[in-house]
Formats: sequence, structure tokens, C-alpha cells
Amino acid sequence: MAVPRRPKLAVFKFASCDGCQLSLLDCEDELLAVAGRVEIANFLEASRAVAKGPYDMTLVEGSITTAHDAERIREVRSVSRLLVTIGACATAGGIQALRNFGDVREFIATVYATPEYIDTLETSTPIAQHVKVDLELRGCPVSKAQLLEALGAVLHGRKPNLPTYSVCVECKRRGTPCLMVAGGTPCLGPVTQSGCGALCPAYTRGCYGCFGPAESPNTASLGRLWQQLGVSRPDLVRAFRTFNAHAPAFQAASQAHEP
Amino acid sequence: MSPSGRTKSLSVPALARVEGEGGLYVKLKHGAVSEVRLQIYEPPRFFEAFLRGRRFSEAPDITARICGICPVAYQMSAAHAMEDALGVKVEGPLRELRRLLYCGEWIESHALHVYLLHAPDFLGYESGIHMARDHAELVQRGLRLKKIGNQLMTLVGGREIHPVSVCVGGFYRVPSREELRPLAESLRWARDAALDTVRWTAGFEFPDFESDYEFVALRHEREYPMNEGRLVSNKGLDIAISEYTEHFREEQVPHSNALHSVRKGHGCYLVGPLARYGLNFDRLTPLAQQAAREAGLQPVCRNPFQSIVVRSVEALYACEEALRIVESWDPPARPALELTPREGVGHGCTEAPRGILYHRYRLDSEGLIREATIIPPTSQNQKTIENDLWRFVPGRLELAQPELTLRCEQLVRNYDPCISCATHFLKLTLDSQ
Repeated sequence: MAVPRRPKLAVFKFASCDGCQLSLLDCEDELLAVAGRVEIANFLEASRAVAKGPYDMTLVEGSITTAHDAERIREVRSVSRLLVTIGACATAGGIQALRNFGDVREFIATVYATPEYIDTLETSTPIAQHVKVDLELRGCPVSKAQLLEALGAVLHGRKPNLPTYSVCVECKRRGTPCLMVAGGTPCLGPVTQSGCGALCPAYTRGCYGCFGPAESPNTASLGRLWQQLGVSRPDLVRAFRTFNAHAPAFQAASQAHEP
Repeated sequence: MSPSGRTKSLSVPALARVEGEGGLYVKLKHGAVSEVRLQIYEPPRFFEAFLRGRRFSEAPDITARICGICPVAYQMSAAHAMEDALGVKVEGPLRELRRLLYCGEWIESHALHVYLLHAPDFLGYESGIHMARDHAELVQRGLRLKKIGNQLMTLVGGREIHPVSVCVGGFYRVPSREELRPLAESLRWARDAALDTVRWTAGFEFPDFESDYEFVALRHEREYPMNEGRLVSNKGLDIAISEYTEHFREEQVPHSNALHSVRKGHGCYLVGPLARYGLNFDRLTPLAQQAAREAGLQPVCRNPFQSIVVRSVEALYACEEALRIVESWDPPARPALELTPREGVGHGCTEAPRGILYHRYRLDSEGLIREATIIPPTSQNQKTIENDLWRFVPGRLELAQPELTLRCEQLVRNYDPCISCATHFLKLTLDSQ
């Protein structure tokens, strides 16, 4: 019987902090097992060995912020059977999408002494705005459990189980008392997608939205509640404008609260 | 190779096993090095620009996103800078807890670099994963050590990448004695594993190569430095961190569009494990000192290839230090200090696994950030890396080109460069050709 070919896995990075691909190396207990089941064909953070495409599964970290990267992601797509975006940069433009709300020329002049050398786009945009994406893993960073779930699902040819409900569901499951109801602490949990395991409330901190908007988030209602708790409108704008600022629901919510 | 055969170039378009995206270009003309460029094509993300107008309390979480490999370093430097601006000082158990969190990051980052990124160079593998096929037990030891670092960060900070529990003034939540206690057993194993790591890496073959570096690191009156101390060097520097910008500047060099950090009036310098170790050997624990000596290290090490041994010594120190904190942990009544916004300037400088990370902020009376400056370790080391390449290549021109290219690549990996960090400030880009 022929030995089935191991699927080829590739990891590509665009504008990002490297944290989401590090999540793969942080799966210390599973890393060698995963490496046994797939051929790691292109993963520069971990290996010099680079095999040419096509790849069966490509993980893409980071957002598109340069014309060169806008071209490169099209090449990556063309050699990838399944393209999975990992993390807030790839799925929503990341923290660097704050430029989308400002003047990028002025940003460049602030940071760089010789602005004319800087080659950058006006915006930071998610991968799906440039090419077809087969699966998105949210989070800043992604959840290791969701990353392994997605890898396992692809290896076994099944649909991954990635819930789109809010952090509140995970909080209830974890048995954490509601910070907002019990303690009056502003929390983005009701409008944020689950996946982190409701981490912040367990550390007595309001959710700050790493996983981006949940399905059908009622941001207007949450905004009213936050204001009743004494949060100013500028602080509400900042709260919706962090790592998933360019995700449509959070973008609309931040704009709606602008003075 | 040019038709005359006299000019050739070594090029590594994409450096592997470094954090972030960069390349290396060395040009040889008539048997001499004529150009060296550590190229960074990681796109800029403009943190210093969009931090303006954010609340002081947001800086630790936002700047953590500069680097997924050393988020704790960003959180620590940001928190210390803000506390400096607000006129408060975190002491006692909260200070200890920060140190514990930092130990976790050092253990994780050093184990990652030693086992998965750096050791493959010495043993002749493409990656740690390839190495595992022949050395499964070794790689598993490295992964378990790395995991214990991550467990520390997860327990104290909530998660290993971009921890959630750190805030200006302390933590959102502090662990109980019962929560920390089980870590002690893991840390005792980690300490032994780190000691074995020192012995293992000491046996590697190191090229005969040294540089007369100016080492720059923090120095604290009692401890091996992490969060606090004065900035010192082996060539006469001894300043408070608030004096950083008076003594260092970033300068433009003709051969690239990069600005490189230099010490004013002195030139390039080195930060990171070699510098910390060389300036603070006497602050290591007796066991770490003994392990270093047995590994053949002097109290000062100038061979960058031996940084893998020094990193292992530091991992050993971090395991011992973490164990000390876990065993004596006495949680404070409150997880954080009360803070009142005020106008002012604050400086923070802490020892990221790769070296000093400097933050400076100016706040307005409402506590909103008006100016931000962040200088990460890799941008400070960049000029030194290039200098080492200038000196390293000439004596090795007899090597075949692929071999020499690999050696140059290895030289760069000695510094564990974190290009994702560096880019956003390196003020360096390539012309878009």
C-alpha cells in the first residue's frame, strides 16, 4: 500500500509581531507530533529548509501595509490549496490599522527622519480584503487550542469547531462572576468573539476585545451601558479602536462614539 | 559572480530562524569586503505615532504588540516609564512578581533560541525540528524547559503571548500562594535542565572570533538586572536611565537607509546576554557562576558564537531566581498602586532577553500620551552585527560560497535578532526596488 503523502504546511508573515506563528512553536507538547504529520515546507521563523509550493495548507500571519505585500499575498494564494489567516493582524488589520483613522504621511514624519524612503500604503488591511481566505482564526494572539483544532480538522478533512458566540458564554462556563454586573467594570465581553477562554475577566479585568467582534454584536447597547458606568465617549472610541479597530463592527462602533 | 571573477556577493534574501523578516547582503571586491547590509524589509507599523492620544494605562498592552517574542519586556519598560512619569514606584511583592514574570520570558525566549533556533547551526541541521529526528531527547528537554517559562508567564500574566494581567502600577490580579506553589517542582526540574543545557552547549565548536565590544547593560546594586538599575558599560558609561538620550543617538550611515544607534563619542555598542553577563557576572547566583566557569567561560565573554552558552547560563539563573520568588511568595493585599494622572515625562529601561529596551513618554495633565519614543535592543545591536560581519568575512574567503554564506547567517543568529521589534523604530527601510 502506498504511503500517503504528508500534507505540506507553509507559514507566511506580513506586518505583525510574530506572536501568532510563535503560538505554533509554543505548542511544546504537540509540536513534534504535528511536525511528524505534516511536511513543514516553509516556516522561516523555525527553519532554513524551504520547499517550493504548492502547499496544502498555508498559515498567514500579519496584515497588508505595502504595495509589495499586496502583490506577495496574491503569489502566496496562488500556491496554496487552503489559506488560513491567523490572528488579529491577518483577520482585521491589527493594531497597525490605527493608521486607517489618521494621516499616514503625518505618522511617517513622526517616526522616520527620512520619510521619502518609506514605502507604505495609507491603510493596513486584512488578508481577506486582498485574496480569498478559506478559514480565519481570530485573536491577538490566536488561541493555541484553536490553532491545533484547525490543523487537526484540515488533516482529518472535517470542519473545524470555531464558535462565533461572545466571551460572555465562556465566562459563564468558567464560572467567573460578571465583572460588569457585579463590579461595574467596563467589559467588551458581550460584543467580543470567544476563543481566549474568557481570560481577562478571570484576572478581574474587563475584556479588551482581542478576538474582535462576535456574531451580531450590539455595540450601541454596550456603549450606553459603558457610559452609564462613567466611561467617556473618547475612552469608548479608544476601547473599540485597538487590535481589531478595522473589523467592520468595531470600526462602526468607534466612529459612532466619536465626539 | 562578475565576469572578471573579482567581485562576488553573498546574499541571504530571507534570514531564517530569526524573529521577523530580514536579509543579509555582503559584497566582496578584489578579495575584500566592500559592503555589508543587514537588510530589514519588515514593514513599519508606526507605534510611536499612534500611541499619541492614548491613555497612559494603555501603553503596556499596545506596546506588547510590537513583539510576540518578548511582550513582557515591552510591558515592563512601558509600565516603569509611566510610573516614573506619575511619580510612583512599585516595590515589595509586586516588584517580585514582575521579576517572576520576566524570569518566565527569559526562560521561554532563551530556551527557544538555544534549542530551536541556534543549536541547529552548531549541529548542522536546518531547524530544531530536523534536529529532533536525531536528537529527540535533547529537543524534548528544550521544549519542556521552554514550556516551563511559558507556564510561569501563563500563571502570572494569564497567557504567554501578550499577557493580560500587567498594568501600570502592578497587576490586575496577583496569584495566591497555593497557585504558585506547584511551580516549584517544575522549576527545580528546569534548573537541572538548564544546568545540563550549559554543559551541552559548552561542548559545541566555536569559531575563533572575538570583538572588543562596548557592552551596555543595566546594573543593579544587588541583583542580576531585569527591571531596574543604572546603565553602565565596560568603557566608562555609568548613567541614570533618564539620561539615555543624552548619551545615545541614532545616526544615518552612507551604505544603507538605516539609522544605527551609537553611544555619542564612542560608536557602536552591544546589548543582550553577552553584555549583561560581562557587566554583571558577580550578580549571578553561585551555581550559575560555577556552571559558567565549568563551561570554560571567563567572567567576560567576547566571542559572539559563545552567546549560546551565556544564554544557557542566564536561563539557569532565571530558573533559580524564579524558584526563589515562588518559594518566598507572600501576596500583597492589593494587586496594584492607585494612580493619579499628571503632566510629566517618564523613562523606562529594562532588560529584554535580547538586551536593553528603552521607553520614554510625555504625558499631559489628563494622562494622555503626547510623545512616545521606543528603542528596542535589536536596533541598538544592528551596527555591531554589521561591524562583526566586516571583520568575520575576510579571514574566511577560502570557504566555498554556500559555506561562507551559512557562516555569515550564523553570525547574525548569534545576536538572536528580533527584527519585528527593530523595524518599527529602526528608521530603516530599503529603497523599494
